[in-house]
Amino acid sequence: MADPMRIRAQVAGDKATVRVLMAHDMETGTRKDGAGKIIPAWFIQEVTVTHNGKTVLTAEWGPGVSKNPFLQLVVKGAKIGDKIGVTWKDNKGGTRSDEATTS
Amino acid sequence: MRMTKALSMIALACLASTSAWAQKTDIQKIEEYRAMLADGNPADLFEAKGEGLWKQKRGPKNASLEQCDLGKGPGVVKGVFIELPRYFADTKRVQDMESRLLTCMETLQGFNAAEIAKTPFGKGEQNNVTALAAFISAESKGMKFNLPQAHQEEKTFYEVGKRLFFQRAGSHDFSCASCHKDEKLRIRLQDLPKLTSNPGDGIGFAAWPAYRVSNGQLWTMQLRLNDCYRQQRFPYPGFASDATVALGVYLGVNAKGAVSTAPTIKR
Repeated sequence: MADPMRIRAQVAGDKATVRVLMAHDMETGTRKDGAGKIIPAWFIQEVTVTHNGKTVLTAEWGPGVSKNPFLQLVVKGAKIGDKIGVTWKDNKGGTRSDEATTS
Repeated sequence: MRMTKALSMIALACLASTSAWAQKTDIQKIEEYRAMLADGNPADLFEAKGEGLWKQKRGPKNASLEQCDLGKGPGVVKGVFIELPRYFADTKRVQDMESRLLTCMETLQGFNAAEIAKTPFGKGEQNNVTALAAFISAESKGMKFNLPQAHQEEKTFYEVGKRLFFQRAGSHDFSCASCHKDEKLRIRLQDLPKLTSNPGDGIGFAAWPAYRVSNGQLWTMQLRLNDCYRQQRFPYPGFASDATVALGVYLGVNAKGAVSTAPTIKR
């Protein structure tokens, strides 16, 4: 499994601000290594965020997203103690899921 | 005719003042950009990796680093970063964070410290040293630098560091001081801190390790010094060599009282 994500979810009123840092190289597929060979494309294609099991965000990413991507979103109707789940899938079939509790 | 000339003069004046005003806004915009980046600093990922490595049993001796003495006793990580480099009685020398990590990785885990020191940055065990450095520095975040200068060796290293800071050499006759001895110097749009005294909280010595957005790498002070020497067209210093530790002592003692914000985020 890939390196873990850092998820922080802070509740203010009836909304939770969720901040996610994902560990991923995000290669565009156009860079060349020292020997001149193209480094193959390797990037996150799908991101899903769930709130207590219910999907609240899906994203389709491409090579334009930078290395170690940062995602921030606001989840309405969140309370302290709720579960926020984040899953990503990349173009090589790699995947990673992490969960955090709102505070 | 006169009217057109006057108009064109006003137009030129407007253009001139706009570009001067625009230049100030560019630097302001860069500061805003950096503030935006600070949230979600990928250095967090290195910190998490480093924390895992500290506790993980590794190496030929299959041991963790949890008994490593970084200056405040075996296993104490909180508050050690702001007191490094310092003298260690067991090795009888002044060591910085990376040097001490090599000592612990060798004595506790059985790794070959000299091999790791020879490994280029970004390869093999160096990546683990980097992650560990990010973790250790984070455990002192918000604390003020307070390097000890009680032991004679610590005082000697300060003086050696000072000499090295001002030593001009290499093809371009550069020294550290060329860029870092005055206020308000910059390279292109990168401000350069004055390092002969405390440059302020989270600046200079207090800003490394840092995640560099431009190349997606986490740089420790060792890599920062290595790259400074590269930019001065000097030969590369040895990893965690006495010269780099001495410079660390000079910079760290000068920064006494500065709040560490490491690991930070840089352009």
